[in-house]
This record gives sequence, structure tokens and C-alpha cells, in this order.
Amino acid sequence: MKELMLGNKAFARGLYEAGCSFVSSYPGTPSTEVTEEAVKYDEIYCEWAPNEKVAMEAAFGASLAGVRSYCGMKHVGLNVAADPLYTMSYTGVNGGIVICVADDAGMHSSQNEQDSRHHAIASKVPMLEPSDSGETLSFVKLAYDLSEEYDTPVIVKMCTRVAHSQSVVETSDRVVPARKAYEKNIPKNVMMPGNAIKRHPFVEERTEKLRALAETASFNRIEWRDDSCTGKHVGIITCSTTYQYVREAFGNTVSVCKLGMVNPLPVQLIKDFAAKVDTLIVAEELDPIIENHCRALGLAVTGKDVLPICGEFSQNLLKKYLSPIICGEEFKDDDVNAVSDEIPGRPPVMCAGCPHRGLFYTLSKNKCTVLGDIGCYTLGAVAPLSAMDMTLCMGASVSAIHGFNKAGGGENEGKTVAVIGDSTFMHSGMTGLANIAYNQSDSTVIILDNSITGMTGHQQNPTTGLNIKGDPAGKIDLEALCRSMGFERVRVVDPYDLKACDAAIKEELAVKAPSVIISRRPCALLKNVKHNPPLRVNRDKCVGCKSCMKIGCPAISMKDGKAHIDNTLCVGCGICEQLCPVGAFESCQKED
Amino acid sequence: MSTKNVMIVGVGGQGSLLASKLLGRLLLDAGYDVKVSEVHGMSQRGGSVVTYVRYGEHVYSPVIDRGEADVIVSFELLEAARWLPYLKKDGTVVTNIQQIDPMPVITGAKQYPEDLVEKMKSTGAKVDALDCLALAEQAGSSKAVNIVLMGRLSHYFDMPEEAWQKAMEAIVPAKFLEMNKKAFELGKNA
Repeated sequence: MKELMLGNKAFARGLYEAGCSFVSSYPGTPSTEVTEEAVKYDEIYCEWAPNEKVAMEAAFGASLAGVRSYCGMKHVGLNVAADPLYTMSYTGVNGGIVICVADDAGMHSSQNEQDSRHHAIASKVPMLEPSDSGETLSFVKLAYDLSEEYDTPVIVKMCTRVAHSQSVVETSDRVVPARKAYEKNIPKNVMMPGNAIKRHPFVEERTEKLRALAETASFNRIEWRDDSCTGKHVGIITCSTTYQYVREAFGNTVSVCKLGMVNPLPVQLIKDFAAKVDTLIVAEELDPIIENHCRALGLAVTGKDVLPICGEFSQNLLKKYLSPIICGEEFKDDDVNAVSDEIPGRPPVMCAGCPHRGLFYTLSKNKCTVLGDIGCYTLGAVAPLSAMDMTLCMGASVSAIHGFNKAGGGENEGKTVAVIGDSTFMHSGMTGLANIAYNQSDSTVIILDNSITGMTGHQQNPTTGLNIKGDPAGKIDLEALCRSMGFERVRVVDPYDLKACDAAIKEELAVKAPSVIISRRPCALLKNVKHNPPLRVNRDKCVGCKSCMKIGCPAISMKDGKAHIDNTLCVGCGICEQLCPVGAFESCQKED
Repeated sequence: MSTKNVMIVGVGGQGSLLASKLLGRLLLDAGYDVKVSEVHGMSQRGGSVVTYVRYGEHVYSPVIDRGEADVIVSFELLEAARWLPYLKKDGTVVTNIQQIDPMPVITGAKQYPEDLVEKMKSTGAKVDALDCLALAEQAGSSKAVNIVLMGRLSHYFDMPEEAWQKAMEAIVPAKFLEMNKKAFELGKNA
């Protein structure tokens, strides 16, 4: 059946059709929907793991037990899971293992734009890279076959434009291979030096076998230019969504070597292609990996000498940089309609009623140094709150405050906090907290417990008490957890209560002991959250002092010198009401 | 035929997803190759959002570039102006006249430009501006702004009315269907 399908949904469809029966992932844009779509198939067991390392190891365990398994993550998630990956390359698999890693060139929703192909090369694990939804579905099925035939995990690399674009796919039925028996195999599965030494040559041989496959397999293909084309014969080696941009920009006027497997790369295929063209170009987003491979083969090639390393490509970008080489013409796209006014930016903001707002306002007011983390609350860095000093990676807030306070002493300890969300704390904040408890810095860690993984679109986690299907599950008690690590000072505040927040932060910063503040209130966007009626401004009382504008609430603006509330956005959280010196905010319900 | 390009732009949370779903269905049913590209994640938190819809005999790129859009459908006036450089010189903007202040305007750091409809027209673009929020409320829900816009967009598509109806029936939940059909008509006839 033909369907229009999101790349990530096509990935999940591929898992289904290939007979995958175990899925463990940690959410991360743009990879999240693979798992969210997979859970809709009753035949596949799915779960959210606390982090990517745990997810990959769980998938490894399922493979060991003999079934086809999957784990998915964003590019930076693969850094967390790199430890198991690099050694799973040595053990290989029992049931097939497919790993999704979704890169985010252009950083639509990420803290860096690393190129995950480096991990495939370094771990010596094969990597396939589809260019649309149809290829995604077929590559996932191919990946399982390769995984079992070559005894290796296989990475299928997505990117934002493949993961979050819909294109037409052809679906078919699910075929579940017979479950493989688990057999104890110490030399293969126990990676201590004596065994690993013998597995490493296997890995090297496997790579060369896969390279031989890459020379002739249909996932790498050459599309020669139209016969009617004359003049300089340009050949472009490309992969992923860049293939689509190449075709869009240059049609059939160039020959294309489209690589579906980006690790290992073929040698003879590329040499033969290069021999038949006059000019060889490599078009790839981010790092020059195929290009460097070509250079190592001694080929003259154009790549990052003209194309950018940073950011995403598009058809116009390729035309701009490559048209002079391909057709000797400059390409310009600046003759377009545009209004002359400056168009103010529209950055993402904390939602109206966001429980993080009150807490960040208090941190801003107290001029705290705030070591931040990864989640919606990173938006605490945005004006007018501007209450963040550092964001690095998942869990870094808790680890870094310890170093910051140890190095800076009392001067830092008295005004520095770490802020981390509930899901991020479960992901990799706990080990940092253990370090504070163990090596004793007078650090104050604030866990922003909004009862959900927010940024990626509401996934359950070990603190919510619900599993991926929304059914009751185990629930980790944050207060008990912190106390059990040795924190004597653990307190809970409601971030809608500014006085309580202020008191908690002042007291915990003043005290000479490590402490945890749990700022607890569910995400305002959760469906089961009951809101107060919206507030409105009594224009007779409002003096236009803008005290309420300090919190960056999208529901509040100034109209004719007085505060104004958009009642379609306001959820009546009451933060603005607490800041107003003249009591101008009123509940719509009080009088109606 | 050459590939046609429609951009749907707005503010995160305004309901552009349903609009792109509807278009995707409509165009696939009409036998076209279709690609729809959207961005999830950070941009949903009240940020500027854009969806690309491309259709034709064979569509390669999932994105629309500067100067390529045949039509820009905008849920919000400032967003229409922001993405205007993506329109073909003689393309059409179908826009809601609703204004939603972005944070730099709320904080007073920037001004929301005035008379954007006229300014967009003066660039040579065709601009079809209407009060979708009022029409949606007339249809029964402020959330139907997306379908009001689709009704208006139907003027610029060579597609029979029945095809739109069929696509709506396939995409919109049954209990909201009548209201959405009304919203479609109101947008179409506005």
C-alpha cells in the first residue's frame, strides 16, 4: 500500500516489517517519533530507558536473548551510548541490532551539530543513510539482514530533513524470523583482554567484507547524466538528503554516485566513477568524510574547499557554490520580494504558565550564577530572565557546580545553583549528585520536576510513575533518592509560589552543606493539568510600571501604556499577580 | 508538470500540522508525488514554524528555498512578512491578519511593523489577507483557523471541491467534521 509517511514513522514501519520485537530508547529530537510510532504496534515491546547507554545495553541484552532489537537516539545521545557501541562492535549480535542515530545539521533543536559518521568509523560499525522515507523503510529491513549476516550492530543514520519529512512509502507485511537460541559463548560475549584480542581481527575482516559488499550492492548506485548532455562531465558523490538537493538543483545534467552505506565506503566503485567524469565533486553535509576517503584514494576532488562545513544544505546552497563549477554560471537568489521593515525575531519561549518561570525569575532576582542543563528550561537563558550561565550537555549542571564551587570556594558556593529537569536528572544527573555527596562541596542543586520529559514532546520517565503507554509503572522517589545519597537538606517548593522559592534559594545558598531543592509542578501543557481561569488587568489600577514584564510571559504585553493579558494564552498561574505592586491583576472568575 | 511549492508558516502551537496533513492527503489522492517537511522540537515553544509542501511528478528536495514558493499560507501576519523572500516574484500570500507579538516586541526591544499587508503588496506579491480568527469563531471554534486558511487556499489550487471534502473526511475527527466544513466554506467565500 502507498502512504505518505514521516521518515521516523517509516523507520518504525521498517522495525515492524523486519520483525523487531524489542525497542528501548531515550527521546531526542529528531529521533523521538521512531519509538513513539513503534509503540503503536502491539507486536513490539517498547520502553523509554533512563538514558541512551541504558537503552543500547538493553537492546544488546534482547539481542543476546535471540530477538531483533532496536535503540534510537539523537546525535549527542550516541556519545552517551558510545561505550557499549564500541565493544558491541567486537561481540557482534545474536538477534539483529539496529541503532538509529538522528543528526541535526542546522541545530534546529540541539546544542551542537556533530557528524555521527565519525562514531561509525571509530567503532567500526556499518552505517546506512537513507535519503527519504521510502529508503528509510527499506534500509531498516536491510540493516537487520546485514546485522545478522555480518554479526554486527548496524546504525541507520537519519537527519532532521529525512526524519521530519513525509514522502511516499510502499508498505508490506511483518515477517518475524525465528527466535535464535541463546547459547553461552564466553570467547564471543565476554570482552576481557584475552577474548577481545581475538575479536578485533574479526572486526577488521568484517569491515573489509562489508566494503566488498559496498562495491556492488544496490544501496550504492550510480546514476549517469542524461545522454543528451554534452560538455564537461561532472560527477557528484553524495548521500542522505543532499542527494535530493543535488537532483533538485542539477537534474540529469550531472552524474551522481549515491551512497546508501556511508561506512565502510567502497573503493573501486568510487575510483571507477571518478575515472569516467571530468570533474569530481563530493557533496555532503557537515564533515568531509567521503571527501577525505576520496583524497586518500589519490583522487582530485572538490568538496569543503567550496561547500560549507557548518549548517544544513539546500538546493539553492548547492547552486550557489557549485553552479560556477558545473555550468560556469553564478547563481543568485537575492532578487526576491521583501518588506524593508526590520522583522523582529520570534525565538522559542517558555509557555504561559510554565512552572520554570517562577523559579528562574527568583534566580534572576537573586543574581544567582546558574549552571544549566538540557531541556525546556534552557530557555531560562533567554531575555528578560537571562538566568543561565552555562549549558553543556545532559547532566553537566550537577557535575560542573561541584567543580565550580570547589575551585571558587565560599564566594561561588553562596550564590551558585545547578538546575536540571527530572528526566535529565534521571538520564545523567544522579552520578554528578553522587560526586557532590561523596566529595562534599556546599552545592545547591535544583531539580525542576515538571513530571514529564518536556522538550521532546512529553515522554514518560522513571520519576513519573507511568510507562511509555501511559500505564502504571515503577516510580522513583526523588526526595528519598537524594536523602539516600547522604543529602540531609532536601526540600520541595512550588514554583508558582514566589515567596517560597525565594526563601528556599536564600536559605540553601546560605547554609554550609550540600542541598537539593525540588521545584515541583507539572508542565502546563500536560492534558491532565487543571488550570485556573485566566487573569485580566484592571486598567484603572494598573500604573504601567512593567513589573509583570520581567518574567517574559508570552500572555502579557503592554497596550497603551498598561499591561494587557491575552486570555487565550493565560492559564492563571498568578506569577504576574504576585509581582504587581498595586493589585491590578484580577481573576476573570471573581466577577463573572 | 514542474514541482509546485506551498509553504505554511505561523507560530508554534497554531495548528499548522493539521493543514499540512490535509494538503498531503489531498495531493496524494490526486496522484502526485508529494513531500511534506516540518521541524519539531525547540521551534514548537512559541517560535516561528514553517512547513514545506511540494508536489509534482517527481519531488526530490523536501524543502523550499528562497524565491521558490508558489503560495505562502500564513497563520500570522509577521510570519508572512518574515518568509516573503521565499515567495516567487509573482507568487501569492494567503494570510491571516492576526498579530501575535514575539518576545522581543513584548519586552519592548523591537517594534511590530505596521501596515504589513500593504507593504507586502507593494513588493509586487499578490496578498490575500483575511481575518481567519473571526471566521473560525463564526464556524464554532478559534482552533479552526487552519481550515479557514485551507478554504481560502482552495482558490489557488486546481482541485475539485469534492477532493477537498474527501481529504477533510479522511483527516478531521468525525465530531469536528461539520464545524470544519463550515470553516472551510467561510474561508473560501470570505
